[in-house]
Amino acid sequence: MLARPSVKAAAGVATAATRSYTAAPVSLAATSSLSSQPSQKRSYATVQEAAPAKRSYGNLKDQDRIFQNLYGHHGTDLASAKKYGDWHKTKEIILKGHDWIINEIKASGLRGRGGAGFPSGLKFSFMNFKGWEKDNKPRYLVVNADEGEPGTCKDREIMRKDPHKLIEGCLVVGRAMNATAAYIYIRGEFYHEATVLQRAIQEAYKDGLIGKNACGSGYDFDVYIHRGAGAYVCGEETSLIESLEGKAGKPRLKPPFPAAVGLFGCPSTVTNVETVAVCPTIARRGGKWFAGFGRERNQGTKLYCISGHVNNPCTVEEEMSIPLRELIDRHCGGVRGGWDNLQAVIPGGSSTPILPKKICDDQLMDFDALKDSQSGLGTAAVIVMDKSADVVRLISRLSAFYKHESCGQCTPCREGSAWMMKMMERFEKGQARTREIDMMQELTKQVEGHTICALGEAFAWPVQGLIRHFRPELEKRVQEYKAAHGAETFAGGWEPNAHKEGLLIAPGQ
Amino acid sequence: MASKLVPFAARQATRPFTRVCRRQVLQFERPLSTTSQRRHDALSIHRNTPVNNPSIPFKFTEQNLKIIDEILKRYPPQYKKAAVMPLLDLGQRQHGFTSISVMNEVARLLEMPPMRVYEVATFYTMYNRDPIGKFFVQVCTTSPCMLGGCGSDLIMKACEDFLGVHSGEMTEDGLFSLLEVECLGACANAPMIQINDDYYEDLTPETTTKLLQALKDSATISGYDVTKIPRPGPQLYEGKQRMTCEPRTGQTTLLQEPYSTQHMRTDGEL
Repeated sequence: MLARPSVKAAAGVATAATRSYTAAPVSLAATSSLSSQPSQKRSYATVQEAAPAKRSYGNLKDQDRIFQNLYGHHGTDLASAKKYGDWHKTKEIILKGHDWIINEIKASGLRGRGGAGFPSGLKFSFMNFKGWEKDNKPRYLVVNADEGEPGTCKDREIMRKDPHKLIEGCLVVGRAMNATAAYIYIRGEFYHEATVLQRAIQEAYKDGLIGKNACGSGYDFDVYIHRGAGAYVCGEETSLIESLEGKAGKPRLKPPFPAAVGLFGCPSTVTNVETVAVCPTIARRGGKWFAGFGRERNQGTKLYCISGHVNNPCTVEEEMSIPLRELIDRHCGGVRGGWDNLQAVIPGGSSTPILPKKICDDQLMDFDALKDSQSGLGTAAVIVMDKSADVVRLISRLSAFYKHESCGQCTPCREGSAWMMKMMERFEKGQARTREIDMMQELTKQVEGHTICALGEAFAWPVQGLIRHFRPELEKRVQEYKAAHGAETFAGGWEPNAHKEGLLIAPGQ
Repeated sequence: MASKLVPFAARQATRPFTRVCRRQVLQFERPLSTTSQRRHDALSIHRNTPVNNPSIPFKFTEQNLKIIDEILKRYPPQYKKAAVMPLLDLGQRQHGFTSISVMNEVARLLEMPPMRVYEVATFYTMYNRDPIGKFFVQVCTTSPCMLGGCGSDLIMKACEDFLGVHSGEMTEDGLFSLLEVECLGACANAPMIQINDDYYEDLTPETTTKLLQALKDSATISGYDVTKIPRPGPQLYEGKQRMTCEPRTGQTTLLQEPYSTQHMRTDGEL
């Protein structure tokens, strides 16, 4: 999914975020076990009170897994959901009020699961700005279930197997931001998932869990489903809002932020399905419990979707900060042909830069560790490539994906993605000049940050990652082409004998 | 001045000839280099055809009108147009594809300018603005599907070989439409295809052919036992059939008895 916290908001937030995290080492120490770990990079702005607790990550017990129905062993109906702990004490949670819920989420260290990793408690608190009580407009929680990022298949599993977790999450998160209704925006292709969810919503209405006087708490809350129709860009928050309003899903400029002017002109907040679905469990089991997993500032559990060249691709809930190698070896039966056969990994869905094997060897899977490796956790969709994979073709296919999905609103992205696709298609065959690698790098830099939404970055980063780590591979292809055809192509992919054929090629070549 | 001297008819008579000449000149003297068209990028224009033009009437059925009333209740009354996407989808399900008449009818019902509906219908890829076959086969070919399992290249080839059409085309009998699409969000179960609303996952060329054959038989042979059509979801892959997204060799997590409410917080907050 596309999500980019604005620079302005992030700057203002940084101090608040670090402040709220200073309590974390205390809670961490309680659950720490002795083991070595790569040290976490800290900026000079953060004060380190004590040496960070050393422990290993990734051995999550079943009793600490939130999504118990991940593999569909019990039904999706209300009775089964209640049997396994959903809707337990929801009324008490709601009656605690918004400050209590937000503080729990802040204490849990939950960061948005949709890609950008923005602290969720803080995000929810933006809705309760000064004087919100005087505003009698409706307020909306919008749940982003437009799961389109290649590699990502976690929200689908939540919606079709644990729909009540999501609906209860809507209520709890909705209460935290004093929303009046929630819209769940599901991507159109997920027809059966939407059906399951709709049935669960009707059950919840019938049981008085949502609707007027939700759970008997005196709080009114509605949940609606809106199905999308196949646009990746609608995973970006403002574009999702546009789409919900019945327009073409083209992102809006921020500010105004959705928390001020969002859906139907009312305050609203867009959050990912997984973020919403874990909130009731956090409230029930305590923020400290959730904060006990993962490294400082990257706490919690997470659904990882591992696809590509592994023996057993799967979706699995694991602790944050689990080493990549352990994740693949323990749950996916290892890389095809063994770890040494690994070529590269895309760690967090298609828009995060690719990582070569030498980085993957001791890579932790969390927001900060992957950021330090110049990639990102994104949606934790791990795409694994063994040595037989054609990396250039893969990234080229992703460029084609972004070209197809660019909404066409901003020129750098609309044009840049098409250029990128064409250049990458030529690089697949080596039909390019070596200097065009730098041209591609420059192109991505020109797009990055110059578009309204993050799709510009999303298509720039995979190519940047490719150039950063696989430049020799690109150069090799050019040399191979040269060996086969006698000479390099002219820039633009014109074949060496284009002159003789009388084709008009750009001057100066 | 020439217009007054040369009779109108004479000028008209020479016109087709000059046009043909011009076209030939263009064709033979200046070859334009073109790249192959990507068929999954449908054009955002409408051209009247015998099956799709504004004079063909379209009305929602009584049952669908009731559903529309339900849909409209979800949105604030002053934002009726928010219902344009569900209504277009409903129209497409009733009519078979989103024709211009469906769009006009939706515009009329929601009291919005038709152009706003056209904008929405052309922006989203799930609105088929041309007729499609009974079975709409959408093959995911994005990177995770390209890598996973046997790879989507083989699946795409299997589909093309079986159906005899390429991406963006419909078979002559109108049974199948084939389309190469972008990520459908079932990457742990790659490679996969979507046929109408159903996901078929963990495919191999053999299971793909078997599936397409079963669908074809179900439509052409009268009295065909529809239970023979493979069920949606993961298919048999290397002798194993998964339920959903668990590891193929068995679960590595969630092996213990699931908990209920015994692990609640103990600090007395709740």
